[in-house]
Amino acid sequence: MEITLKIWRQGSQESKKAKGAFETYKLNDIQEDMSFLEMLDVLNEKLLHEGFEPVAFSHDCREGICGSCGVVINGRAHGPLKGITTCQLHMRHLKKFTTLVIEPWRAKAFPVIKDLVVDRSAFDRILQAGGYISVNTGGVPDANSILIGKHIADEAFVAASCIGCGACVAACPNASANLFVSAKISHLALLPQGQPEKHHRVESILKAMDKEGFGNCSNAGACEYECPKGITLKNIAKLNREYFEAVFSASLEEHPTHAHHGKGDESMHVGH
Amino acid sequence: MSYQIKNYKNSLRWLTDAVSLSTGKKYLMGFTGFFLIMFLMVHLFGNMLLLKHDGGLAFNAYSKSLLTNVLIRVIEIFLFAGFILHIIFGITVSIQNKNARGKQYAVKSNITSSFFSRHMIETGSFILIFLLIHLKTFFYAHRIMDSNLTMYESVVMAFQNIYYTGFYVFIMILLSFHLMHGFQSAFQSFGLNHNKYSPLIKIIGLFYAVVVPGLFALIPFYIYMEKITLQ
Repeated sequence: MEITLKIWRQGSQESKKAKGAFETYKLNDIQEDMSFLEMLDVLNEKLLHEGFEPVAFSHDCREGICGSCGVVINGRAHGPLKGITTCQLHMRHLKKFTTLVIEPWRAKAFPVIKDLVVDRSAFDRILQAGGYISVNTGGVPDANSILIGKHIADEAFVAASCIGCGACVAACPNASANLFVSAKISHLALLPQGQPEKHHRVESILKAMDKEGFGNCSNAGACEYECPKGITLKNIAKLNREYFEAVFSASLEEHPTHAHHGKGDESMHVGH
Repeated sequence: MSYQIKNYKNSLRWLTDAVSLSTGKKYLMGFTGFFLIMFLMVHLFGNMLLLKHDGGLAFNAYSKSLLTNVLIRVIEIFLFAGFILHIIFGITVSIQNKNARGKQYAVKSNITSSFFSRHMIETGSFILIFLLIHLKTFFYAHRIMDSNLTMYESVVMAFQNIYYTGFYVFIMILLSFHLMHGFQSAFQSFGLNHNKYSPLIKIIGLFYAVVVPGLFALIPFYIYMEKITLQ
């Protein structure tokens, strides 16, 4: 199949191309069973052969679980299909388009590093602010020493399936990170292991989120629509409830500036 | 941030801190929005008296009772506060949200979110302009200035102006758009999202968004028709 690509090209901050612009490429020999990323690989081979700089894009596992790949294709985060990441998109899915406009995630909090690659370390800093539980080191606890209802475990598992790709931010009309944050809040607040720190967590994680410059959630629902892992707005509702509870019923010591967690060697953070 | 409250001057500190975070602002938008939704219904009940075929007798009596009731004076303060907070926070979050995107997408998708949810600030801004005109025509003339006209005469006079009526109906359509998202969105903001009751909230929200502005917009037509039949 033949395809015209309009790809956002942008150099690093210091370079001449720091402002960025679209460049148009034509590919004639694309097979419809190629994945979208393989199509970009073909383009990059061609560019290298012709002596041009290849298009920079993020990718790692190429099986939809790492959350590295992610571009906006014709206005849709991860392309027009629901429930998949960019790497799971194949050219046969894009047959109805003759032109593909490929853009990086657009958010102030996700600055472009180069071309289609954005810096998503804002997500890491949000998780550092509260996406963990504090436990004492020691022997491995017995698997069934804490009983968790099946439906709660399932719900927590669904929330934990967030891969942090950032499509929610990219799709949100306000570039809000609420869906990402709510997945983490729900996951940890549902489980007994996460409950001791839940008041402190929701406040410090929201503070970190606002500090990064993400927008406010306006319940538009574009995040839920585009999430490749099916994280729903119910998680954001849960985040709101958790915040309400923290504001009205957390003890003074539980608020972020009063909390003194993780002191001494006996405690370690278990990451997400 | 200190929550050790030593004097009453700082007794609202926890609340101002809470609404300084984005989720707090969201609660405030939902809370004031829902309060204004309830007000709309009360306002509509009053306006429905205009549909009584009595030359404005019932409507004038009702508006007079509002002007003289102490309880209404108190509620009025909360109503103004609700409007002002909803407007200020609405504008604030909209500016923050515009800034959070940075560079706009070259291609935008319209199917991932509803038209209504994406244009709350635009519909809201028009409603604000209408609110100011509305307050000048009715609130300022009767509550502040003590007009010679009865409230019914004021209403009839305003609606005799085709532009005023046209703008009124136009705003009711925008109000409907605003409520299409606003009603159900308030519940989501309160954290009320559940398979049990969310479908019902959405149905009630759509019904409310169509019926309430629809009935408001019906009144100028009725008055116009009544005038023709009386002549």
